[in-house]
Order: sequence, then structure tokens, then C-alpha cells
Amino acid sequence: MSGLRRTPLHALHRQLGARLVPFAGFEMPVQYSSILEEHAAVRRAAGLFDVSHMGQIRLSGPGAVASGEWLLSCPVGSLSPGRVRYGLLCNESGGVVDDVTVYRLAEDALFLCVNASNVEKDYRWIVRHAARETRVEDRSARSGLLALQGPASAEVLAQVSALPPPDMKRFRFVEGDVAGAPALVSRTGYTGSDGFEIYLEAERLEAVFAALLEAGRPLGLLPCGLGARDTLRLEAALPLYGHELDDTTSPLEAGLARFVKLPPGGFLGADAIAGRRVERALAGFVLDERGVARAGYAIRHAGRDVGSVTSGAPSPTLGKSIGLGYVPPALAVPGTRIEIAIRDRAAAASVVATPFVKS
Amino acid sequence: MAEYDIPGDLRYTLEDEWVRVEGERVTIGVTDYAQQQLGDIVFVELPAVGSPVERGEPFGVIESVKAVSDLYAPVSGEVVEVNADLADHPEHVNGDCYTDGWMIAIAMSDPGEVEGLLDAARYRKHVEERGQE
Repeated sequence: MSGLRRTPLHALHRQLGARLVPFAGFEMPVQYSSILEEHAAVRRAAGLFDVSHMGQIRLSGPGAVASGEWLLSCPVGSLSPGRVRYGLLCNESGGVVDDVTVYRLAEDALFLCVNASNVEKDYRWIVRHAARETRVEDRSARSGLLALQGPASAEVLAQVSALPPPDMKRFRFVEGDVAGAPALVSRTGYTGSDGFEIYLEAERLEAVFAALLEAGRPLGLLPCGLGARDTLRLEAALPLYGHELDDTTSPLEAGLARFVKLPPGGFLGADAIAGRRVERALAGFVLDERGVARAGYAIRHAGRDVGSVTSGAPSPTLGKSIGLGYVPPALAVPGTRIEIAIRDRAAAASVVATPFVKS
Repeated sequence: MAEYDIPGDLRYTLEDEWVRVEGERVTIGVTDYAQQQLGDIVFVELPAVGSPVERGEPFGVIESVKAVSDLYAPVSGEVVEVNADLADHPEHVNGDCYTDGWMIAIAMSDPGEVEGLLDAARYRKHVEERGQE
């Protein structure tokens, strides 16, 4: 796979028998053993993911917080050091440039964890719109990111680290050593299960991954690929940029109003978001028949096309197929009967409340 | 390096199906290489008994967690038996692709078409040529 970038764990992935696929310009593990087994490991015990393809953009200097406040849909000024929030970078038309997590490192420093496919776009966007006296750095190449996810994550982490502190809550982070390497550890993730994201210097990644794997195996931990990451995030109804979100999607259509600060006007794109009519809404659905609803399939209601599927997969936890898709707001109501056009048949489906799986 | 089971007594297609020839009747499924490449199989859509199938044309669909793929008929004829267990147990394709994971049986309209299928040695070469992950 020429032309693709590799994470520092590439050799280890191969040794572990990973099937590697191109993703966002990187050669990434899609699975090691089986997506279903890896998914189940995360829901029951723990899974360890290399997500070093994700980007990290650091904002520092006297203007950093003002920049974050202007660029992000979520409040940044009120975010205390040691806390993390989910938010959106929006454009002037109210579309989503990227969905990110923002970490308040210090009074005058933030960093954003951004989608791999958007790193260059985000960096240019941030540089262009940052407030004065803000230093913007793309640190993606220098640091790596591991996601340790699942109910046994804290126990696994504690085997190789003095972390986490016993009272550590969700969306908090601390700095400390993990398996002897300096790390930033946040209680966050993209699976809908408890867990941690562990930021490390690129050259320490392999040793820490190996140490967590060894400590976690007896507790049921498996190395997990992007295949399980996708089915896990879909069960949790977490949006994936390029599927549920893009440069034209309003956060309100995507059901992300709680990550958009009020009153409007306080950030880049806010006026456009407030001024736009919400003509479609993201709905979660469960397929009532066999089959899999895939991204791009048409959603039908009362004999006509009303939207399309943005993500779909079998839910290993529910044993049924689930999906997300945009439909007129009046249909995005739990209980609404819809149909998914799967090849030459119309498969019955029901709109349901999300997340599909609560944990 | 992955290892692939390719039984010597079967015939194969370039699309990674296996064919067991018993007179004018053939039983077909997907190979170990195919099931390993696809990963966890979650759904198999097969034609009804009595359906006509044509060599090289899709007769069904196999879905893994990540992807959907067509199944191609290795020979022409009529579907005479379908593995109904796969509706509830698509994972048999992963577990026993050459036994419990069989898909359909076809009564051939032109038994000479069998000559166009690959033997195990040729199929193994085809698998190896595509490289191993």
C-alpha cells in the first residue's frame, strides 16, 4: 500500500496479525481477529486501539482561549484546566469543518484532537481564524494516541500506571506516567463504554501498547481495529465525520444542539446555524428484517424516498442491524416506520431513540 | 502470514467460490481465503430453489460486518437446494466454509462448464498471486 502513512505501531500490528487497510491516508488495522470478538471485548472487558492517525492541534499564547472560544461551538473560556469538551469547528455557512475534543491544558493553552482526514483542513482553518497572539501547532506527527476502552479499562491502566486517580470523572484528564512513559490520559473515548485516551510521544507508543496488551490480556483485553471502533461508535450513535457530518451539515440537523453554546453569535458560524431552517434531522433506526443497511442506501416512507443512510452496521450487542440517516424532522421520531432500500427490496425499519446501546 | 485451506477434491473460481462436482449436480460455497478476507459473515442472501442461475452472473449476496459482496454462479443451471441454516447461522461460512457453510446446489444445464473451473493447484496460485496481508 504505497503512499500511505504508517503509525509507529505498524510493525507490531503486523506481528499481531492485523488486517491493514487504507484509512484517511494511513495504513490502519481494521481488525486483528474478528470485529465481532473485538467489539464484544470492549463491551465486556477492554479493547486497545491504535488511533495515532488522529490529529492534534495545539493552541497556545495569550490569544489561545479567545481563539478557541471563537472557533468552537462549545464553551472554551469556562473550561477549567484538566477538563475536556466535545465541540465543532463550524464554517461561515453553519456547516461543520470538523468535530473535535478540546483539552484545556493551562490558562493559555489548549489542544484539539481532530479527525485524521481533516488535519490539514483544520490547521489551515484555525490559523486563518485564530485570534491574535495565538500560536497554532500541528503536533500530529510527533505524538501518538492509544484508546483503552471498556469497563475493565481502569483496572488495566492501573496495572501499568499510578493512574487513573480513583475519583477521575468522564471528560477529565491528567498527566502522568503510563508504563514508564510520560502521557496525557483523558477519561474519554469513541465507543460508548468507559475508557481512556492516552496521548504519548510517538517513540514511546510501541512499548506502552505492548505493556497495556500484556497487562490487559488476563482481564479479557483484545487489540482492536477500526472495524470494531466503527460498530462501537455506531451503537453509541456517535457521529463520524464524512458520514453524519460534513462541511454542509448543520450541527442542529445532526442532533448536536447540546454542543452548541447559547446565545448565538458567540462563535464562528453561530449566526448561520441559528438562521438556517432545519430541514432534516439525523435519526437512528433498527432494521426489523434481516440484512444490513449500508451508508448511501435510500430511506423510504409512505412509498417515496425521504433521505439516505449515513452509517449502518450489524449491532453485535443487539443482534440486529442499526443505522443512522437523515430524514425530514417530522419522521425523526421514535416509533416511525420507515423502509431501507436494500438492493431490490424495501426492508422494514423503525426509528428508535439513540444511543442504541447504553452503557 | 495467513494459511488457507484449499481442499484438493474441489474445483474453484477466480471469484473465490468452491465447487463440489457430483455428476450433473454441483454444490457451491465460498473458499477459506474468501471468508478470511471478508471477516465475520453476518448475512447471506440466497436464491429460492427453482431459480435459474447463469455462469458468471450474481446469484446472491454475502455481507460481512464491513462490506457487502456479490456471489457469482460458477456454472449455469437451476438451484435445486439451498442451505437454509445460513439464514440463522451465517457464521457457519466462517467456521466451516467447505461443510456447514455450503450455499446452494445447482443442477447444471451444461456439465461441460465444469472444465472451465480451476483445480486446487491453480486456485492456490491465484490466491498467492494476490499477495498476503
